[in-house]
Formats: sequence, structure tokens, C-alpha cells
Amino acid sequence: MNLDAKIPTGSMAQKWDKHRFDLKLVNPANKRKYEVIVVGSGLAGASAAASMAELGYNVKCFCYQDSPRRAHSIAAQGGINAAKNYQNDGDSVYRLFYDTVKGGDYRSREANVYRLAQVSVDIIDQCAAQGVPFAREYGGLLANRSFGGAQVSRTFYARGQTGQQLLLGAYSSLCRQIGLGKVQMFPRTEMLDVVLIDGHAKGVIVRDMVTGEISRHSAHTVVLATGGYGNVFYLSTNAMGCNVTATHRAYKRGAAFANPCYTQIHPTCIPVSGDHQSKLTLMSESLRNDGRVWVPKSQDVAEKIRRGEINPSGIAEVDRDYYLERKYPSFGNLVPRDVASRNAKEACDEGRGVVGSGLGVYLDFADAIGRMGEDVVRERYGNLFDMYEKITGSNAYQNPMTIYPAVHYTMGGLWVDYNLMSNIPGLFVIGEANFSDHGANRLGASALMQGLADGYFVLPYTIGQYLAEIGPDERPSEASSEFGGVEESVKSRIDKLLSIKGKRTPTSFHRELGQIIWDKCGMSRSESGLNEALEKLPALRQEFWENLNVPGENGSLNQSLELAGRVADFLEFGELMCRDALQREESCGGHFREEHQTEEGEAKRDDENFSFVGAWEYKGADSTPQIHKEELTYEEVKMTQRSYK
Amino acid sequence: MKAKICAIPFLSMDFIKGIFSTSLGRKYIMAITGAGLFGFIIAHLIGNLLVFAGPEAINTYAKKLHDLGPLLWVARLGLLGMVGLHIWSAIKLTTENREARAVPYEGEVAPVDNHRRDEIISNFAARTMIYSGLIIAAFAFYHLAHYTWKVPQINGVAGEVEGDFETYYVADDMVTRKEGQEGEDPADVYRMVVIGFKVPWVSGFYLVAIGLLCFHLSHGLSAMFQSLGFKNKKHGPLLDKFAIGSSVLIFLGYISIPISVLLEVIK
Amino acid sequence: MGKDLNLKLKVWRQDNADDHGRFEEYGANGIDTDMSFLEMLDVVNEGLIEDDREPIAFDSDCREGICGTCSMVINGVAHGGQKGTTACQLHMRHFSDGATITIEPWRATAFPVHRDLVVDRTAFDRIQQAGGFISVRTGSVPDANATPVPKDDSDLAMDAAQCIGCGACVASCKNASAMLFVAAKVSHLSLVPQGQPERERRALAMVEQMDKEGFGNCTVTGSCEAVCPKEIPLDFIARMNREYGRALIKRETSS
Repeated sequence: MNLDAKIPTGSMAQKWDKHRFDLKLVNPANKRKYEVIVVGSGLAGASAAASMAELGYNVKCFCYQDSPRRAHSIAAQGGINAAKNYQNDGDSVYRLFYDTVKGGDYRSREANVYRLAQVSVDIIDQCAAQGVPFAREYGGLLANRSFGGAQVSRTFYARGQTGQQLLLGAYSSLCRQIGLGKVQMFPRTEMLDVVLIDGHAKGVIVRDMVTGEISRHSAHTVVLATGGYGNVFYLSTNAMGCNVTATHRAYKRGAAFANPCYTQIHPTCIPVSGDHQSKLTLMSESLRNDGRVWVPKSQDVAEKIRRGEINPSGIAEVDRDYYLERKYPSFGNLVPRDVASRNAKEACDEGRGVVGSGLGVYLDFADAIGRMGEDVVRERYGNLFDMYEKITGSNAYQNPMTIYPAVHYTMGGLWVDYNLMSNIPGLFVIGEANFSDHGANRLGASALMQGLADGYFVLPYTIGQYLAEIGPDERPSEASSEFGGVEESVKSRIDKLLSIKGKRTPTSFHRELGQIIWDKCGMSRSESGLNEALEKLPALRQEFWENLNVPGENGSLNQSLELAGRVADFLEFGELMCRDALQREESCGGHFREEHQTEEGEAKRDDENFSFVGAWEYKGADSTPQIHKEELTYEEVKMTQRSYK
Repeated sequence: MKAKICAIPFLSMDFIKGIFSTSLGRKYIMAITGAGLFGFIIAHLIGNLLVFAGPEAINTYAKKLHDLGPLLWVARLGLLGMVGLHIWSAIKLTTENREARAVPYEGEVAPVDNHRRDEIISNFAARTMIYSGLIIAAFAFYHLAHYTWKVPQINGVAGEVEGDFETYYVADDMVTRKEGQEGEDPADVYRMVVIGFKVPWVSGFYLVAIGLLCFHLSHGLSAMFQSLGFKNKKHGPLLDKFAIGSSVLIFLGYISIPISVLLEVIK
Repeated sequence: MGKDLNLKLKVWRQDNADDHGRFEEYGANGIDTDMSFLEMLDVVNEGLIEDDREPIAFDSDCREGICGTCSMVINGVAHGGQKGTTACQLHMRHFSDGATITIEPWRATAFPVHRDLVVDRTAFDRIQQAGGFISVRTGSVPDANATPVPKDDSDLAMDAAQCIGCGACVASCKNASAMLFVAAKVSHLSLVPQGQPERERRALAMVEQMDKEGFGNCTVTGSCEAVCPKEIPLDFIARMNREYGRALIKRETSS
């Protein structure tokens, strides 16, 4: 497998400029002869589809939602980073680059990250011009805030709905192109497989989710912007429909899947309230600026709280353990996400959790209210407190909030080179679906930045190189045997799902899968646990294909069938994740291996042996996949161990 | 670019289409004609209230109006046009609205926050504009037949007096004639009013109709400001208060007459 | 853990757009009051599948009140009637034991039913495509701070821009009018300086498309505002009315 990252030569600061000059251009008159397929319409997909249509390409865009405006990018709350240095506080492209590489625990590709930091400034310009109502100061200029422990204020935001506003901006550009006829939009359409012809990605097979019709779409190139795989955990902050199908299908057709074990757990989510829970809700990390995290010192007290016998307010200060402040005196409650999450798990594993399930810790605003007054707290966090009350029925001004970590983002994804092309020629992967920029851990407010960077400012350039190389006449016929073959396999899989007629629902399998992955490949992982998971998963998969019940038929809107197909892919993918976590004998970023920790219980990286991207190659249903390594070299940033003591 | 039917702005086909064949345009028609009719209602009320100033005042006023001649007809045609457009747009909007929501909900409106029910179902006046409007139109027709065309069969006193309706009023001794008045006898409006409202069911119908009219206005005025885009966060509540307040005043103003007649304050 | 409820559901079932549809009744027993409304439906659906019956189709995605996918009329009220709340964020603690809950799809001719509670809202997308954008090519823009935007304008634009496009306004309006939705977009883009060059064009085009889609007219009943999960006020409809009139006049006088 060829994992040439095609990183341009030259100094870090000049690579992208130089590369853009070296890239082949497509003659403007020829652009309209090309067809491009974009799967997904979130920040990355919508911005890419719109930008490429503006350039003159003919774009077909697919999304499973009923409108491209609903992609899950919409749920991002906090903000978007950009190295504008509007605050004059010493930010720069280099600093954003440095912070991102460091934050990613030195497992990302330097050149990609540098480019990300470079184009970050263009994103803000682009979005402001689209009319995105960013927060502003009285002088009319853009406001910024510091986010996720960053030392500079580089985060742009639109109330607590930054993702929504940025997505609606990209969506509006997409709408314009749809109106102009340059983008053909296919909502409620799910991509079920990618079609390769002579080793190049040339089209997709999709299912119309309303009529069940399976159709073939050919193009000169295929772009996957299908988001992350967080729903492999069943419970996550992802939307119900988020799935791994597109990227997993591409993987099975030969695309390398990189770093699947890198998942980000967000520390401030609302705890699970029962078995019925269908998803988890994140509350902005900003809460940790003023809230104090604690659990009781003793298990007995915690037990009494869980049984509802005592109230948290009745627990004396001396009986409380503000464990983050105790263990990390300099960062306190503001330690990075992975550290905060792991410590919450630890406290709960010790039997000191405070909600019914035992999986929750307090985030207490009593001190903040005492210090600043309830009004100030309300002004800062009112909407979050309201949301908390809506979901839990509890008033966080009176009682401490309860929080617990939840899966939030997946750094792993399909392997791509500097041009964002996977190892399958013609198959581009952008946004959360690729692995490229966040390494082993993503910084706050960087997901939106990466999605839009890829879609607006990277892919539209780099895709030209591939298209210029293949020429405009290449689009294969949809009647070709390759399309026929893949369509057949898609159809037979659907038929199989419908014909099992067993006893269990797709959701029950999904929930069981999620529990295994969460327990064994969640916040902390161990060799024995991962091996256990690798034993359980094939058995669960087997049961799935024997005992699944999908009512109804293919020829109409059938949500059980949609879910069953996604769960089938998650079941296979979960194994790949565990396999990757097992091979990575170190702790880095979101990946914590219990065997690899310092004496104080902190993550211990192994730069000598694991400074690589682990890219997995599918070897067939009955063989174990093979790992390929792309070595990571650091020219600019010196690798150091993170410390938040 | 534009297909102008003449060189005057606002008469291009685009503009006319923009007004007559779009939802927002028709709301403007509704609002502007509504505003015109509101003006008429105010003017008519002021005229009517002259009844309290005695027969002479109101009859002189009526005579003056009559003597406007062709101008009166211009005003009448203008009013008729406004009524026509108001009703046309109302019917058009209502038909479209029914088509837009062909299937009603089965569930009784019961929000989980039950105190919000009234906000959600919207106020009664708003929901019944077409009905209050049509009843008012019917009343207006009756009212014209009663006092303008003086159709004897509908005034409730026909048959009790000699001669036709017209003669009955005019020939009565309460007609105040000024010197030099020749030709057609002016109507004795004052007496018309008194005799007309003495009939309880005439007054009753009048009361109901005026009630409906003001009910219609209470929403219509506020909607007029909304449709013409006058409302905003600052002025909206004030305009709503104006709508309610003026509707109440108009109601009180109009009903004061039949009530005064029935209570024999006016004889 | 909350306490358990036993409920009776009366749910609209319709196999496809051509089917006449009917109400069916289901028991929803042992419902935890901590569940969201949609999780309650999940539980009912799991039971239906176990009985080898087809589950109730309903739309949902983010389940945190921002994507605008969930769309159902609960007891005659779009999203169920908690202030500023989508169906996915409505929790069962607001219902009492033994209650009967009627669940219906958005009803509007412009939103035909796909199946059960799932409707087709692509009319909203077509309205956006007609003009709900600022025409900027990627890369062709000035520095973001080159155009200051007064904070008050920007905040007001944000109030309008919050619209999640769920369609509750249409569903709740007795006329199935889409004015609140269209007004939110027209207002948002007319309030920022970047939106000025296309201001008139946009208002005219979006209103024209809205009419074409078969939505009804605004009769200012305020029902849309009352059910809007983002509490977008009726004032924006007045603003759109203003914008539209302004656009008509400007088009007449500018050439």
C-alpha cells in the first residue's frame, strides 16, 4: 500500500503556496465537462460542493438528512479558531499551528496542520461575507474569546450556535449553486457503496430513503464528507443518523483507515439517565471556567447521594474531593478534555460517582454564584442552565450540575495525502471523515475550522490536479459491469438484512455494541479488555446476521432498515477500532492505554516507537486487516510530554 | 428588462403583479383598503354623533353631504372600490389558506405548558376575521337599504305609517326647512335615526353588527400595521394598544346612538 | 431515575404519500419521566418491532434541538408546547400517568407526508435556493473586519438567523403560512451590510417562491411565534412586509 503523503518540499511556511503553484490547473472551459460527487453536506461537504460548483464543475451532492442544512456540524456550540490576531495578543499562523500539533499530542502531520492554520484566516473572511452574524463589539468589529484553555483569544463565535451559523452560511452558498443548476442535490439519499473502475473512484451507489430505489451515479471523482464514527459507541453526542457506512465501505474497497482508535471524549455532557437513552447532550466546555468539579471523598457518602438519601449541598467542604484542583493545581478545572474525562471516569470507577447509575460527577457553581452573584452566572451560562433543566428537570442554580464524559469527535478517519486524496485515486476525503489534522486529540473550536478549510480552501485547489491528470473524457458509463457488480452487492445486502427475520431489533444490537466499545475501547483501554472486545464482537456480529429483525420492506421509507445497515457496518468497524487501539502500545491524546502511564497515572507517549499514522488495509472478510505506517517527522515543533500539573 | 405598460412608475406589469398576485401584495391591498375603510368609519361616526347636537346639526350636515353631488359619487365609488378590494383579497386569501392547510388536526390543542394554550391557538378575533367580515358586509348592505335606499320592507315600521317609506320621513312635520331650499326635500336624518332605532330588533342587529365590526377592527388594525410593516419591537405593543383602544372607542361611539334612542335620551 | 408512566398513544399512520392514512392506538407502558418524547417513541417502536410490526416512522437527528429535523404535532401543538422547545427536547415529566397523547405529522399542503410522521420539507430548501443567500464566491471576499457591523444590527440579525427550519411555524399556522420562516431569512440578510446589494432581489424572489410552494398567507394570529423553538418573534414578519414593499418600490424607481 502506497502511503506517500506527497508533502511539498520547501520551508513549512511556503509549502502550501509552492504547492498551489505546482498544482495543475483545469482549463476554465473544461471545468464544466467534469462531474464531481460530494457525499455529505455538513461544513466540509457543503462548502466543497458550493466552491467547486462556483469554479464550474458539475456537482452532485448527497445527504441522508431531509435537507443539507441539518448536517450535524450544526450542533457545534463553541466557536471556530482562526489566526487573525485581531486581539493583538500575540497570535499568529505559527502559534495556531504549534498549538494544534501540540494539542494533537504530536500525532498529526505538520504540513497539513500548518496549512490549516494558514487558511483559517480566510475562513472568517468568507463566512463574514456570507452574512454569518458573528459576535461583535460595539465598534462593529468581530469579537473573540479564549477557548479550551488557549492562551490567546482566537475563537470567533455566534452565541452558542457557531456551528449552526457557519453551516447555514455554507448551506446558503450551496443553495445558490443549486438554484443556478450547478449542484444537483439529493437529500434523503444514503450512499451505500463506492464504485472503483481501474482502481479509481468513479461513482457511488445510493439508496433513496423515501422510495428505497437503488441508483448508480458516476463521476470523474468522488468526495466523501461524511463525518465521524462516534456513533459506534451507540451513545455519543453525534446525531442519530451519523454513521460510518460511507467511509467503512470505502475502506472495504481499498481505502486505508487511519488511526481509528483516536476518539475524543468530551468531559461536560449530561449523564445517562437510563437504558432508554438515545443520545447524549454536550454542554459547552466554557462551563468549566467557573464551575468546580468534585465528588465526595468517601464511597459511603456517594452511595447515599445515589440513593437520594442526602443532598450534595449538605456535604461539608472537608468531605468533598475537588480532584482536578487537587491533582492539577496550575490548570485545575481547565485541564484538557482527555484529562478531565479520564479523571471523572476514575472517580466513578472508585465508587464515588453521584448520579443513579454511578456515572456522574458534580460541576458546582455555588462558589461562582457566591462570588459573582446569580445574575452574572445567569448572563454567562443562562442558556446552558436552561438546557440542563430542560433535560434533567433539575435547577443548576440551586443544585450542582452533574456531568459525565461522552464521545464527541473522532480524530481517526480515512487516510489522505496532502491533497486530501485517499490511497484510492480519485477518492477525496474531507472534514471529520479524514484523519489528517488533529492527531490524537482535537483542540476546542478546531473542528469547524478544519471542515471549512478542507471544503472552501484546500480541496477546490487540490482536486484540480487529479482532474487535470485524468482529463475530462474519463467519466465511465453507469451501465458498466463495475457499477452493476457493486449495485448487486448493495441490493443483496439489503435483501439479506430484510430476510433474516430473527428476534432482535437493530437498536438492541447497536446498544450492545456500544456498551462493549465504551467499556473496552472508551476512555481507557487495556490489552486484556481489547482482546475481550475482539472476542465478543465477532460473536455479536454473527448473532446480528442470524437474529436480526427488520420489519417492512425496501420499497418505502424504512428507518429500521437504514439503521440495520449502519449497525452492520459499525459492528465491523468496531473491531477495527479495537485492533488499532491494541496495536498502539502507548497513551496519546484521546487514546489512553492503562499499561502506559506515568507513576502519577498520566498518559505516557512513546515517540520512539509510535510516532506514526496507523493506516489499516482491508484484507477480506475472513482475514485480519493489515496495518501500514506513515512515519511522522517533526521539523518545526519539538515533541514534549504534556503536563498540566 | 421590465414590461412597462406605460412610462409611469408603479404601473408596470411587474408592480401590478407584485401587488395583486403575491401573498404579501394582497396583504397590502387588504391593509390599505382596511385603512381607508377605517377612515370612513371614523368620519361616519363623527357625522352620526351630530345627532346629539340636535336635529338641525345633523340634518344640515346630511344636506351638505348630499349637495356635494358628483363628489359624493366619487367618494361612494371609492368606498365601494375599497370594500370590493377588501372583500376580494379576503376571499382570495381565505381560499388559498384553506388549500394550504387542507387537513385539520385531530388532537385537541393541549400544550404541555397549558397556560400557553391561548397564545398557540391565537385569539378568536384573528381566527374569525372572514366571518366577522362577511357578517359586517351583510349588515352594511342592510344598513344601506335601511337608511340610504330606504327600502320600506326592512325598517320594522313599514305598514304602521301611511305612504311609502321615503314620503313618511320627508313629509313629517319634523322636517326642518331652511329658507331658500327648493327642489327635492332633504331627508330628515334625525327622525330617520330616531324612528329607526326605536325598533328594538333594528337596534339589536345594529349593536351586534357594531360589536362585530369593532371585534374585526381590534385584530384588523393591528394586522394592518403588521402587513404594512410598521410594527417592530418598540412600536408593536403600542400599535396593538391603539388597535384595541380605538376599537373600543368606536364601539362606544356608535352604540351610544341606539342606546340613547332606546333610553329616550334622544327623542 | 424518574417515575414510570403508562400512556395511550393515538398516532397517525400512513404508508406513503398516496395512502389515505389512519390513526392507530398503542400503549406506552413503563415510560420513565426522564425520557425525552422521542425516546418514549423509541421504546414504543422497539416493542412494535419485537411484535414484528412496522415501527412508527418519525424524523429526528441531533436530538439536541438545533438541527430542526424532528417534526410532530403532539396533542394538537407543534413540538408539544413547551416554550422554546423542540419535540426532541420535550421530556416525559410534562405528561401525567394515564394520559392519551395524539401524535400527528406537520399538516400543510406544501409539506406532503412521506410516511407516518415524516413529511417532505424540501419546499423550504427551494425558497432558500430562490434567494436566501449572499452571492459571494469562495475567496473573493474582503477582510472580515473591513466591513464593521453595528452590534445591535448583528445581534438582531442573529435573533433571526437562529431559525432551525423545522417548519413548526407552518404546522401551527391555521393557514400553513411559511412567513415566519421566510421572514427570518429575509430579515437576517437584510440587516447585515453584506446583504445589501441583493436586498431587494432576495425579498422578491423568496416571497415569489414561497407563494409558488403553496403556503398560506399570514393572518397575524401569532401561533407561529408561540410554537417556534427559537422563539423568533412576529416582528420579523413585519420587517419582511416592509422589505417586500421597499423592494417593489425600489424596482420601480431605480430604472
